[in-house]
Amino acid sequence: MRTIPTRSATSRTLGGAIAALSLITLSACGSDSGDSSTGAVEKLGKNEGEVSILAWPGYVEDGSTDPEVDWVSSFEKETGCQVTAKVYGTSDEAFNLAKSGEYDVVAASGDLTLRMIAAGEAAEVNTDLIPNYEGIYDFLKDREWNTVDGKNYGIPHGYGANLLMYNTEDVSPAPTSWKAVFEDAPEHKGKVTAYDSPIYIADAAVYLMAHQPDLGIENPYSLDEKQLAAAVDLLKAQRASVGEYWSDYTKTQASFETGDTVVGTTWQVIANLIDPKKASVEAILPSEGATGWNDTWMISSKAKSPNCAYAWLDHISDPEVNAQATEYFGEAPNSDKACEFASEGHCETFHAGDEKYAEKIWFWNTPIEKCLDGRTDVKCTDYQDWTKAWAEIKG
Amino acid sequence: MTISRSTRRLLAAVTGLVLVVLYAPLALVVVNSFNTSQALTWPPSGFTTQWWQRAAVNPGAHDAILTSLTVAACATVMALVLGTLLGLAMQRYSFFGKDTVNLLVVLPIALPGIVTGIALSNAFSSILGVRLGFFTLVVAHATFCIVTVFNNVQARLRRMGGNLEEASADLGAGMWTTFRLVTLPQLRSALLAGGLLAFALSFDEIIVTTFAAGPGVTTLPVWILTNLFRPGQAPIVNVVAVVMIVVSVAPIWLAQRLSSDPTDTTRAIH
Amino acid sequence: MTLSSISSTLSRRPGIRLGLLLAAPLTWLVLVYVVALAALLVTAFWTIDSFTNELERTFTLDNIREITGEALYRTVTLRTLGVALLVTLIDCAIALPVGFYMAKIASRRSRHLLVIAFLMPLWASYLVKALAWRSLLSHGGLLDWAGGLVGLGSPGFGFTAIVLTQAYIWLPYVILPVYAAYERVPDSLLDAAGDLGARPALTFRTVVLPLVVPGLVAGSIFSFSLTMGDYITVNIVGGANQMLGNLVYINSGSNLPLAAAIALIPIVVIMIYLALVRRTGALENL
Repeated sequence: MRTIPTRSATSRTLGGAIAALSLITLSACGSDSGDSSTGAVEKLGKNEGEVSILAWPGYVEDGSTDPEVDWVSSFEKETGCQVTAKVYGTSDEAFNLAKSGEYDVVAASGDLTLRMIAAGEAAEVNTDLIPNYEGIYDFLKDREWNTVDGKNYGIPHGYGANLLMYNTEDVSPAPTSWKAVFEDAPEHKGKVTAYDSPIYIADAAVYLMAHQPDLGIENPYSLDEKQLAAAVDLLKAQRASVGEYWSDYTKTQASFETGDTVVGTTWQVIANLIDPKKASVEAILPSEGATGWNDTWMISSKAKSPNCAYAWLDHISDPEVNAQATEYFGEAPNSDKACEFASEGHCETFHAGDEKYAEKIWFWNTPIEKCLDGRTDVKCTDYQDWTKAWAEIKG
Repeated sequence: MTISRSTRRLLAAVTGLVLVVLYAPLALVVVNSFNTSQALTWPPSGFTTQWWQRAAVNPGAHDAILTSLTVAACATVMALVLGTLLGLAMQRYSFFGKDTVNLLVVLPIALPGIVTGIALSNAFSSILGVRLGFFTLVVAHATFCIVTVFNNVQARLRRMGGNLEEASADLGAGMWTTFRLVTLPQLRSALLAGGLLAFALSFDEIIVTTFAAGPGVTTLPVWILTNLFRPGQAPIVNVVAVVMIVVSVAPIWLAQRLSSDPTDTTRAIH
Repeated sequence: MTLSSISSTLSRRPGIRLGLLLAAPLTWLVLVYVVALAALLVTAFWTIDSFTNELERTFTLDNIREITGEALYRTVTLRTLGVALLVTLIDCAIALPVGFYMAKIASRRSRHLLVIAFLMPLWASYLVKALAWRSLLSHGGLLDWAGGLVGLGSPGFGFTAIVLTQAYIWLPYVILPVYAAYERVPDSLLDAAGDLGARPALTFRTVVLPLVVPGLVAGSIFSFSLTMGDYITVNIVGGANQMLGNLVYINSGSNLPLAAAIALIPIVVIMIYLALVRRTGALENL
């Protein structure tokens, strides 16, 4: 068992309070004061004996879904921290749950992290206290969805891209561009699919970046009103050809297999799951690049068990555990070492560690009023605007 | 009224057809639980019992069933107590605002689950500052289950009339004695019917549950929903569904046996 | 005071008795439900800081203006109402003959079996049933195959699919109260009408139907309001469509005030519906 230095509970609470306070000030001013003092804890104390975790399904598995799939039991044994987990279906649901303050650890996607930080729900994380942090891919570290003003708010988990999948028999010639789901979508009217979330607007923005440069989109998560309107128009046009939107594995897997869907966004893991006898599909990273996700393990600013929370962050970044968890979910792990533990071919299929590939991915980020691309002369549209726009697109 | 033979035949045919339509999707669930394909597509790719084997040793599913049973049982007990009290009050007394009370009982089930769900979770966490968990879930479920017990009790009391209770009082029995020895025995099957429906409603509820359950409280519907977001779990969901349908025969059959009046079990639906 | 003296005091004081009976359930309903609902409705008049997601408790009509002004909410409301009404009509149209057959034609023994047969599907999970319909309706699915035999195809995912699936899921909730209502129609009444020379169709229309209406309406409350608030079935078989429930759901996370304002739409619709059907005595028949 790992020894964890002790530290008095009072200073820990104080540290947390300072972290929360500084965050609130920070978010209120919207700028960095250049303060070098850190709000994160500097030493860890004794494990509290329990930790509650909020995560996507498949992220915190204790063997109850499948006895083979278990990386919680070893954690409980090693650290003495009993895990209670709650899974959520959408980032919004997670945000609401996280705000209740009942969760020590939250696995947050990029469309949630900045909101967590802005709302003062996430505590600054001292990565020095997480030995396994070192091995994590550099291209995932200190990125804008997990780090604000030089302060880390979490540990990168796995990552993946939102790919373009098509049925090779129905869609020819083989597409190389997202054009297949936008301009060319009417060719497959009623058989096009797209991810069902406001964050999908960014996919349209990625396309517009390449095809309508005069809009001046620099970052698909940083859209002013005009740029958002252009993306919305594109998606409204697409809507006429969309058969259905998807948000769970089973749904999109089935609709590609039955032929209800022939082209649309997907994840690598879904492409792998599709029975080649039912449908022959291909999943590609189109020329424009793609959106993608790199989820972040965050610690709640109201965490009741911060020590166990730190222990979990380290545990989930342990190469063996990370390999198991990311492989189960179907994404690339967060380190090269993890690839040694993953099954044969997993890291190749998911392009783990391929920096060239990762460079083409616009990882999910939270649209906020302060433009993420650095523009200060305009206000950008925030997630709420995107949510409204998404409802309007679907109509 | 004499109904012609052809009308009778026609009605029988319609009823038969409706039953076929009602059971065809359920049959499909059974077939899919043996389907080698994980994506529930038609036609089945092949035959396998591996989902049944995996479901048999799936602790998540077992825990979820147990949680659902416990939640439903607790919510039913609360609904039985509250619904009976309310039924007695409404059927035996007339008072100002009676209509409003009647509406109030119906509302939690008549308003969309999502409204009830966000209202309750908002009240629990923002106003009352209660931690969401098992308790809040039971409270939420009991709230929309009261109506089923209430309606059954009220209907039974209406049919019973007050004569027996008055006779009992005339013979010198106190209120409590009268309730215990006269009213309650007559209510038995109505309570059973109302309780059974309350149980079924709670057991299958997903929308309110999503909002009112805390961490670690995974009911069966929640388990089913989250498993659709995990790779390769859909067939195990089918197995669990088949088991639940088959197991449900027992309580329904029991309710039919125990209730002297067949309409009571149908009232159970309401 | 002994138990018996309490008891005798109570029997002399109906007011106290009533108070005691009502105290617990009313406190529960008011404290748990009415307060929660009121708090939610108040939220509809607040806004939210889009950056911190904190509620700003200042009165505003912005959300109400948005849901009454934007075309989106009108479209979705009409679609939702359309689905709810169609589902209710289909279920009532099926329940009327089937309920009659069960109550008045089937033998006593088969009546019991039929009741069980209509009760059982209620125990199959709602989610599983919706998924089964997804499989039925899919391209090359069972419906496509069966429909192909008579020259029809599956309607695919979309509006029709939502109506069919919802009508399926809520059907037992309508059939059973209708059946119970038929059961309560005395056979002697039918015989009397027949003896007086009324043709079966006339008897049904003038004698039976009015007596069955409360049961029918009670069932319709279920099919109507359960459909009004659904968002999960829509996600499973609804294709690219959304209903009011979906709008409430997607906003409930990031913008509770707007979600509360949208929730007002089904609340108002259902209140109107309840007010309309109240006179039929359906509320007591639920």
